[in-house]
Parts: sequence; structure tokens; C-alpha cells
Amino acid sequence: MSDRPELEQSPEEKKPGRLGSRLFREITGVGVDWRSAMLVPLLAVITALIVSAVIIAITDVDALRMWGSKPGEAAAETFGTIRDAYVALFKGAFWGLKAFSETLIAAAPLILTGLSVAIGFRAGLFNIGPEGQMLMGGLAATIIGFYFDLPAVIHLPFALLGGLVAGAIWGGIPGLLRAKTGAHEVITTIMLNWIAIRFIDWVLKTSFVQQGGRQDPVSKNVRPSALLPRFFDDPTIRLHAGVIVALLAAAFIFWLLYRTTIGYQFRAVGYNPDAAHYAGMKVTWMYVLVMAIAGGMAGLGGANQILGPLVRATPGFSAGIGFDAIALALLGRSHPVGVVLAGLLFGALEAGGREMQVATDVSIDLILVVQALIVVFIAAPALIRAIYRVRTGGEAERITKGWAA
Amino acid sequence: MTAEAALRSPREIRRARYLGITYLVLSGFVLWFFGIGSWGEGIADFGMARPTDTFDWIPSLPVPAAAFAIGVAVVFAFMGGVQLVRGFGRWQNRILAIAFILFIFAFLGWAAAGQSFNLVGMLRTAVERSTPITFGALAGLLGERVAVINIAIEGQLLAGAFAGALVASITSNAWPGVVAAVLVGLFFGWVLAVLAIRYRVDQIIIGVVINIFVLGLTSFLTARILAPNPHLNRGIKLNSWRIPGLGDIPVIGPIFFDQTIFVYASLILVAVLAYTLFHTRWGLQARAVGEHPRAADTVGINVYRYRYLNVLLGGAVAGFGGAYFTIGTVGRFDENMTTGRGFIALAAMIFGRWHPVGALSAALIFGFADALAGKLGILQTGIPSEFLLMAPYIATLVVVTGIVGKARPPAADGQVYVKE
Repeated sequence: MSDRPELEQSPEEKKPGRLGSRLFREITGVGVDWRSAMLVPLLAVITALIVSAVIIAITDVDALRMWGSKPGEAAAETFGTIRDAYVALFKGAFWGLKAFSETLIAAAPLILTGLSVAIGFRAGLFNIGPEGQMLMGGLAATIIGFYFDLPAVIHLPFALLGGLVAGAIWGGIPGLLRAKTGAHEVITTIMLNWIAIRFIDWVLKTSFVQQGGRQDPVSKNVRPSALLPRFFDDPTIRLHAGVIVALLAAAFIFWLLYRTTIGYQFRAVGYNPDAAHYAGMKVTWMYVLVMAIAGGMAGLGGANQILGPLVRATPGFSAGIGFDAIALALLGRSHPVGVVLAGLLFGALEAGGREMQVATDVSIDLILVVQALIVVFIAAPALIRAIYRVRTGGEAERITKGWAA
Repeated sequence: MTAEAALRSPREIRRARYLGITYLVLSGFVLWFFGIGSWGEGIADFGMARPTDTFDWIPSLPVPAAAFAIGVAVVFAFMGGVQLVRGFGRWQNRILAIAFILFIFAFLGWAAAGQSFNLVGMLRTAVERSTPITFGALAGLLGERVAVINIAIEGQLLAGAFAGALVASITSNAWPGVVAAVLVGLFFGWVLAVLAIRYRVDQIIIGVVINIFVLGLTSFLTARILAPNPHLNRGIKLNSWRIPGLGDIPVIGPIFFDQTIFVYASLILVAVLAYTLFHTRWGLQARAVGEHPRAADTVGINVYRYRYLNVLLGGAVAGFGGAYFTIGTVGRFDENMTTGRGFIALAAMIFGRWHPVGALSAALIFGFADALAGKLGILQTGIPSEFLLMAPYIATLVVVTGIVGKARPPAADGQVYVKE
């Protein structure tokens, strides 16, 4: 804990300023020069895209063969591929209403799971478990969605709430284990992820959940009354109310963290659990509560996927979103507003990546590489410093405490 | 270790009590489900040789399932009684291991009652399946003994699997593939080491990032290079090699000595590490770095050198283990083919208490669960295989919570060391 010298004060107590600049300080962290705080994420994204372009270039087998005989054409082909890929990426993310809609759809679960990781970070807990929490939340939403027959006004909130609660339970378990036995949440959440994955594999083959007439593990379809309503009649524009849910959740987490006593206690526990303990806070109870809220957010993310674009559960329907969430929370500096912005960026990468895969022969898996690289540069600002010879301020981020505690 | 047995904290006493109650509950469970459950089902016929073995005439082992299960239940009840009254002291964990094995056999007897079941064949598969887990656990252990957490085992395994398949296909020879896998593992070990030690990035984050990066890169390369060029992924593999003499021993031979080079290497590596970590100067100094780096530094041990060395070694070990997935079994690389084995390895390392032999034992148990999951369908027990596949994770949860047994990581695990 001695690695974290500055104790954050609540933003109100700091220099009074315009809302914009105050918000900015909150996003970028306290005590960091704001220009460099913005600079690092920006340079991280740019650098990741450049490195990925290099990866595209050196994996262009056809062009590589030509370098020996016709270097000019080879260069032209390589640059053509990279340009086509990135143009498709951009178009798939932002070009027109449909692209925007896809970006927002992809962003919604990312924001929710990102919030899950972020609130954990704020309380000094590393929640690696959003994937499992998402699966359990999604499963609960699926079951409520197909089993009950209710009017939409009740059914949809019920299904969302079911996802939230299931995720909160699955997330609360590591919190409880941490509080009661000291078992490190990194280990327990990883284990619970895999337990959830296997559990989903099994439950999708039970007669209660499996879709009639199917041999493969697919759940029954959620009733239309539980689905998140779409904004447009055009079936190609799939934008649904899940985006609103995600934004409301971000607002809720912001309010909770920065406007309530509980949120203050969360952050106090994150900065120094011992000090928080001596100040009379129930630290162990905080661990349970934080992890339950984190799990709830991820569970909501799972419900959002089921009740939005997926309609039914399949094995691994979380599609790694729970792991992307870790990268996303780091990029968003574990702040709700930062998470929303990072979620939009990752959503754009996801939506654009799909277009890139269709339009060019560059696989969408490149997006994972881009995300991993972004996080490396975010987590190690010294690398950015070394590459760009800029001052970035701040040490490498240190969030977890190891499990030897 | 011995000091712990003498000093029993209230928590340890409570744990011992839980353990005793667990034995009693298990006793009742075995009696009810496996004993009464297989009553009248007849004899479980365990095959003790495969048709290809040298001693293929070895008779199968008939086990009266119900009687055996009742016997196991009695032993469990005895264990629970002793545990509650006076405890097993230093023997606690060995007794636990014996109890586990007995439980498994009672289960097998119940599952295979009235049928024949090739036990040797399944144990051989179990050993084979445990190999990458062993390598992964050893890789994690090498790092954590010097206080560098390696969550990137999964990524290092996957990278090794990919590099192995690709290079073996290019050179039409499995061995360069193995070398390539080691080198790639070494590279990702280096990435982890540099970022964690030099740039002091959070070790868990680096691990998560390496996992995402390797998954993305190998999937990307599979789609972009391997898929359009099938000759680059054509399934070159190493076949199993029966060790002359040892491989002919009945029962043991086919299980341990008629395997691929990966299995032998994992067993040798466990022995080497168990010796070097606890009986050599290097091992002592490495452990000192993991327990108390400042003290180690004060007496002149180069903390950074040890951390680099061990993390690099760990990477190489994981890369080699990764080659098992392609060169050691199917030959061809598939997207995300390690499917979480790296995390089971992490679990095995914890379950095995950061000790090579413990890691091997845990890996064997997890490999057994894996092999058994594949056989459940044939035995028609009605138990979903998914639950067996969950077993490693649940077992690890139980261990880290300290309800049964105790796992204490190196004291400085995961902490950055800054030289003063």
C-alpha cells in the first residue's frame, strides 16, 4: 500500500473549478498533470494501432513473397491492405447510422463489465471475474425471459433485475471469501469464471433450459416481452435500450462512488484498508459489498447481451467481453466517465473490426491485439515515455497487492 | 513445516475440526451413494493392461463395488474420528491425499459396477492430460518462488502450441517445433519479466494482457496465415516412445513409460526442481528473494537477476508445455486450443502449495478428472462431465479459502522490489 503516495481528496474539496475541468480531473486522476494524463491514453491508442499495422504488414504472405522481386508493388500492396483494413474499421464503427448503432450495441455490455472492474479497482480489489458474473447474470435473464409470461412493463425490468442479482451473488462469493478467509479475489474470481463456464455448458443441455428439438446446447428463446426495445423500426439498425441501461449504470456508479458515504468508504478502503479500519469502517463488509456491486454490474452486462442482440444463451455467449473489461477499466482510469469513453472506443473497435473482417481478409482477432497493446502502454507509461520522449508523469499503475497478503 | 504442527492457532484447530467433519460426511456419502447405490450391481471389472502392452495377458482386477465402497466408508469414518479426537498432525495432508484416492476408487467402482473398464488405459490418459498442467504449474511456481506472479501461463502455453505447430510444419520435423515453442515461451517470459521487474507494471495486469495478446495474435495468425496455407499447419507430431525395460513393467509401464517425450520431461523437471529449489544454493537464494527480497538483497543476493532468471525459465517451461498441445497430441493448431489449461495450472500450483511435487500431484489429480470426464459418457453414470471438469476449480477454491489444508504463497508474492 505504500506504493500509493497520494491520498485522493473528494473533488469538491479540491480547487473549485468549472464543472468541465473538475470532471476532467476526476477522470484522469488526481495529482496528475491533465495534459499528460490525456496524452498517455491517446498515444497508447495510436501506438497500438501502429504496431497492429506492422502486424498486418508482416503477415501479408502474398506481399512478402513479392518483396524480393518487385519491392515497389509489394510495398503498395502492403500499404493498400493496411489502409483498406483501417478504413473499413473506421467505416464499420462510425460511417452512418447503422455503424453508429453497432458501435453503441457493442459498447453497452463493455461499459457495464468495465464498471464492474472499475469499482473493484477503486476499492483496491481486482475483479477478474466479470466473464463468469456476466454468464450467470445472462443465464438468470434468459430463464426469467423464457419462463415467465408477463407484460413488458414488468417482464423486462424483472429480467434485468434477475441478471443483476445473479451477477451480484456470483461476484459476492469472492468478496465473502476474501472477507471471511482472506482468499485472494484474483484467484477466486478466476476459478469462479471457469466454474460458471462449465456450469453454463451443462445447464444449456438440461431439458428445462434447452430449446426444444435441439441437440446442441442452446437455450430457449427469450419472450419478446422481456427484450430490450429497439429505437428504430428498420431491422438492420439494431440499436436497443441497453445503451441507456449502461449509461444509467455508469451514472449510478458515479453517484455511488463520489456522492455517497458508502462510495467514500469504498475509496478509503481502496487507498488504505488499515486506515479505513481504524477510522471505524467495516472493511470486510466493504469487500463483500463492492464485489457484489461489481458482480451486479457484470451480471447486468450479461442480461443486456441476452435481452438485446442475442435473445438466447449459447455456450460462452459472454464472448470474452468480461476479459476486455479489465483492459477497458484500465484505459478508463477506473472512473465511470472514463469507462464510458473507453467502452465507446472498444465498442467502435468491435463494430469496426467486424466490418474489417468482412471487407478485407484481416481477421477481427486483430482487435484483441490492439486492446492488449493499449493496456500495455497504459499500464507502463514508461514505455510511452521511452518511445515518444514525452513527459508523462506518474509511476506505473499498481492496483493489486499480490496474493500474499 | 514442523513448527506449524507444534503451534496450533485457533484457526488451525477449527480447520482440523472441519476436516474431521468432512471425513464423516464423506463416509456417509460413500456409504449411501456408492455402497447402497451399487448394491447388487455386481463386480466392477478393471482392465489392467491394454492389448498393445508387453504383458497383455495380465488378468483384469475384479472389484466388488458395494463391498469396496462400504470398506472405504468405514476407513473414512475412522479417519474422521481420529481427526476429531487428536488430529493427524504432520500427516494431515498425506491422509487427505489417501482419502481422495480412496474416494475416487469408490466412485469408479460404483460407476463401473457390472461393467468392465480399462483402468490402465484411463490412468495413462490421465498422466498424458496432466502434462501441460504440470508444465504450467512449474512455470508459475518458478515465478512465484521469486515473488513474480505469472497469470500469463495460459498465454505462454498457447503461444508455445502455436509456434510448435507452425515451425514443425515448416521444417517437417517436430524437434525444431519444440525448440521454437521454448523460444516463444521464453519471449513471453521476457515480456513479463521486463514489464514486471523493470517497468514495475502490476504483475496481474501484465499477465491478463499477455493472455489477451497471445489469444488475439494466435487467432489472428491462424485466420490469416494458417487457414489459407494448410501446409503450414499439417499436424507434425511426436509419437509416444516406450522406454525399453521400464515400459514393459506391468501396469506402471504403460501408464508412465509408454508416453511422449513431454511426459518424461515433465517428470524429470519436477524431480530437478524439487531438488534444486530445496537443496541447492540457487534454490535457497531464489526462495529468499520470494520471501523477503530486502533481506536477500542485504546479504548480497542479486534480487533482479534471480527474478529475471526464474521468470525467463518459467516462460521457457510453459512454452515447452504448450508444444504438448500440438506436437505432443494432435499436431494441428486450433484457435484457443489450450481452453483454460493455464488457469488449471495456476490452480495446480496453489493446490500443490508452490512445491514441484505438490504441483505434479495436483496436476495428476486434475488430469485424472479430465480423463474421467471423457469416460463418463461410456460408463453411463448420469453424472454430467461438466461437473468433473469443474472439479479443479472447486478444489482450488476450497484450498485457497483454507477450509481444508492450507496454502501459503511466498511472502513477497506479487510485490515490486525497488533497490534502495
